[in-house]
Amino acid sequence: MQHKPCRQIFTETLLSLARNDRDIIAVTTDARGSVTLTGFADELPDQFIELGIAEQNALGIGAGLAASGKKVFVCGPACFYAARGVEQIKLDIAYTGNPVKIIGVSGGVSYGALGSSHHSLNDIAVMRSFPGLTVILPCDNYQTRIMTEKLVDYIHPVFVRMGRAPVPDVYESNNINFEIGRANILMDGEDIALIGTGETVYHVLEAGKALKQSGIHASVIDMHTVKPIDSDVVLKAARETGVIITVEEHSVLGGLGSSVSELVSQYQSVPVRILGFPDEWAAHGSPTELFHHYGLTKENIVKQAIKLLNEKK
Amino acid sequence: MDKILSLKQKAVSIRKRTLQMICDAKHGHTGGSLSCVDILVTLYFEILRYDPANPKDPGRDRFIMSKGHSAESYYCVLAEAGFFARDILNTYGKFNSPLAGHPVIKVPGVELNSGSLGHGLSVGTGMALAGKMDHKEYKVWVLMGDGEQAEGSVMEAVMAASHYKLDNLVAIIDRNRLQISGDTEMIMKLDSLAERYGAFGWHTQETDGNNIEELIQIFRSMPVVPGIPHLIIANTTKGKGISFIENQAGWHHKVPTPEQLEEALKELDLQMENLSSDAT
Repeated sequence: MQHKPCRQIFTETLLSLARNDRDIIAVTTDARGSVTLTGFADELPDQFIELGIAEQNALGIGAGLAASGKKVFVCGPACFYAARGVEQIKLDIAYTGNPVKIIGVSGGVSYGALGSSHHSLNDIAVMRSFPGLTVILPCDNYQTRIMTEKLVDYIHPVFVRMGRAPVPDVYESNNINFEIGRANILMDGEDIALIGTGETVYHVLEAGKALKQSGIHASVIDMHTVKPIDSDVVLKAARETGVIITVEEHSVLGGLGSSVSELVSQYQSVPVRILGFPDEWAAHGSPTELFHHYGLTKENIVKQAIKLLNEKK
Repeated sequence: MDKILSLKQKAVSIRKRTLQMICDAKHGHTGGSLSCVDILVTLYFEILRYDPANPKDPGRDRFIMSKGHSAESYYCVLAEAGFFARDILNTYGKFNSPLAGHPVIKVPGVELNSGSLGHGLSVGTGMALAGKMDHKEYKVWVLMGDGEQAEGSVMEAVMAASHYKLDNLVAIIDRNRLQISGDTEMIMKLDSLAERYGAFGWHTQETDGNNIEELIQIFRSMPVVPGIPHLIIANTTKGKGISFIENQAGWHHKVPTPEQLEEALKELDLQMENLSSDAT
């Protein structure tokens, strides 16, 4: 498969499904270009709702459409939906239980150079705090395609976050296992558990491979569904390895690392090292520069793993 | 029996039940629950198409209580309309009652969990859009407060409903001119509501929102103009029906004392007697 931005895989998949299902509706907020929905809008104008720059309204209208039996995908930059639209997500979607799929594109630091107004580094924290709202971060093109297919008839509301740039493959084909709420174990290992979500999964996997060459056997976990988190996989990894590193394109407050820590700390005395963005307004630069600056790289994950294992001795 | 008389009697009994509920629960939004009773009674017993035995019937008219703080009179009307047993009203204010302090969809007949203002019109716009897409005949009615109009999200929905030509959408503003802190015109000027909605492409009308004959007439006339959403500014009296509660912001969420309840119920009983004697 060509490496494409996940948002493009999402829209290609959605368009192919929507051709045969008139109830699939894409809603956006002057973001058809950002989301790559222009082809969808041109081909299926009756299934496309443009609302201008009005995220609150898009989410409320999405809720009304979903309440009337439509399979609704409200799509736009994650930074705006997960901040401007929080109350509509809370009340109209999660609390009322309208199964809207909120597709937050260009999430994390995808818009790295544009500054913190355009970063979404708190979205996982906010979204996972609402009961009944599923939170998913797909990691590559294959997973994005399967996720999109599964979301169409998923009966619960979902917040999806994906990035802007093309991503390398984590998986090798469309024939992969993807169940919402069930983590995928990419490598088995008993020395340390490395858990990533979304675009960090690739780096975590690379780190797992590098550690293996040094004789350290890491369990590498793709936690695509941050909520509900796969507690079986997390607790098993904690039990079998005794040391965990989480890696996320998100604040260290409230995201994947917090979620894993909340779970593990109730049952086991296992250190959890959280790699993410510190509690400060992030620097601005390209996503690659920011990943390097904040240590979301294979090299730093390897370094932190060795350090943590040495501390444990 | 004369239909109008029957509706007026229903309105009086809903007001009595509403006050009783608020007193029993020791909380509630007295003023705004009373101001919209005639609107709710007219809609539910004369205008809306629904089947209480099948509250999710795809062809039903939708009603969204965007001013969710008026839950008490709304619940009373839903019970009267047959969506759930009247006994359930007695649970209001009790721990884990199905009737939360603001509407929730687990109560049959409720279409949206509300309580924070500025949400209902967007959701109603989505329902109206779906109706157009599916070529369904249903209408969507959204009742908002007047203070609610200060929420910017309302105007986002106003813009979109006009853009998408949703003549199956009717917004009603319960224009009682009072909000929690006082006179709406003192808090944030609203007297240009008709002009504002009109400028966004809506058809607008004003009516006496406590006059059931006028409400029937205007509600039946919807849609007035094809391809255009409709606003009805329903001029009402906050606390309508109880002399010492009417037109006082302090009664926004004040609970009557047992003595005040007794006095209020006497006033309402007298109104009921007068209705009966007028009829004979």
